[in-house]
Amino acid sequence: MPDYAIKTSGLTVEFGNNIILDNINVEIENGDFVAIVGPNGSGKTTFLKALLSIVKPSSGEIKIFGKELDKIKPGEIGYVPQIKTIDRSFPANSIELVLSGVRNRWLGVKSREDKKLALHALELVGAADYARKQISELSGGQLQRVYLARCFASNPKLLLLDEPATGVDLVCESTINELIEEFNKKRGVTVLMVTHDWTAAYHHTNKVMLLNKQLIYYGNKNEAFTELNLMKTFSHLGHKHKVTFGLKSYE
Amino acid sequence: MSEVFSLAFMQRAMVVGILLGAVGGFLGTFVVQRKISFLGSGLSHAAFGGIAIGIFLGIEPMLLAIPFTLLIAVLMVFLKKKADISADTSIGILFSVAMAIGIIFLALNDNYSADAYSYLFGSILNVSVIDLWVVVTLTLVIAVAGKIHWGRWAYSTFDMELARTSKLPVETDEYVLTLLISLLIVVSIKVVGMLLLGAYLVIPAATARIVSRTFFQMSVLSIVIGAVSSIAGLILSYFVDLPSGAVIILLQAILLLVLLTAKRI
Repeated sequence: MPDYAIKTSGLTVEFGNNIILDNINVEIENGDFVAIVGPNGSGKTTFLKALLSIVKPSSGEIKIFGKELDKIKPGEIGYVPQIKTIDRSFPANSIELVLSGVRNRWLGVKSREDKKLALHALELVGAADYARKQISELSGGQLQRVYLARCFASNPKLLLLDEPATGVDLVCESTINELIEEFNKKRGVTVLMVTHDWTAAYHHTNKVMLLNKQLIYYGNKNEAFTELNLMKTFSHLGHKHKVTFGLKSYE
Repeated sequence: MSEVFSLAFMQRAMVVGILLGAVGGFLGTFVVQRKISFLGSGLSHAAFGGIAIGIFLGIEPMLLAIPFTLLIAVLMVFLKKKADISADTSIGILFSVAMAIGIIFLALNDNYSADAYSYLFGSILNVSVIDLWVVVTLTLVIAVAGKIHWGRWAYSTFDMELARTSKLPVETDEYVLTLLISLLIVVSIKVVGMLLLGAYLVIPAATARIVSRTFFQMSVLSIVIGAVSSIAGLILSYFVDLPSGAVIILLQAILLLVLLTAKRI
């Protein structure tokens, strides 16, 4: 297996005349926990979807674990979508949602082994109490835990998360980030997490990718949030990072 | 009561009613959960275009309605995917175009009205032996396809993107499902009638959704509701001497209302 988990060369995605991702060249090492940070519309979600083959690149190449995307097997990549995109009107409980990621289909009748497997995964993320609850009855934080359990159960080598802590309270957000960090460290799974929360990016990850259609920065988190990088990414410096990181150059 | 079951045309009607009700209930769960309830009405109106061309040319209307409706169904999915048009808009555009074609062909024909009206309202009591075999064959095809593919159809109905990440052929499945729904609609036109077909596909599934906690429960219950309401509606319509398609739909609607009310209370 190559040293890198993900390698993109000249990755460009266009929707009509709009360039969403422009010539992204990045190599992400195995076992890294990467925060993808950028303003709205900067191509963060599109980047994840390109890795998942949901979005087709206009040009460029993506390799994951040294393989073309069509050679990636189901279950090798775990994915937690944005919570706002989930259809909660669908009649399903937590166990079924977890098993869909493991069996790669929806199960009508579940065997005892299937239920045991799902319950174990739900226990790992502290979600066993609502195993039989319908997804429409779960809070945002509970649903995110179930999605994490879904990923943990399928044992992926790469985990992609699209704003996993959006819409959940601070305590829950912290727990979710800790669970992901634990998953990354204990199992050596490479994690890419889209986030708007710079604090989370700083505290839980080891690499940061700053994106604004183009790749502004990729590397160690300690060198990511410089004045120049933030200006290039967000076109302003904001307030939050001053509090969080106390950037000398800006002070 | 027993004489109802001894009449040959009633026996045919009952078998067809049960089968179409069950298959409609099964496919209806995907229609309802994919939020494309307009599809049934749209495709049945589209089929009218094919029927009108058949009447104009003087050949069996259903022979033209089937390929015509399948073509419209493929175009609906294609437009949605390639032209970035929403599902209801692509259905709305194509069913209007198909209806317009139908109206023009009927206008060009001097003695159209009787034939055309029979397709608008349908009549389950006029089901022929050939119609019966067509329905049996279609039921078998859908049952086999459903048995094999239910798991992945349900998965992509829940979330197409997640299903894609599991490497499922989501696009192909969408075409297959739409084509099966189109076939069901064309075959059901003679029985339920073009005007009521949309409800026939949607109400059992929507009713089942009210009391189901899983999609599997919803599917089973929707099949049962579709079949039982068809047979109950058919028998009732025989005794009260009212159009069977309309009675079936009203029975389904009453059950929906009762369950909705019971759930609120």
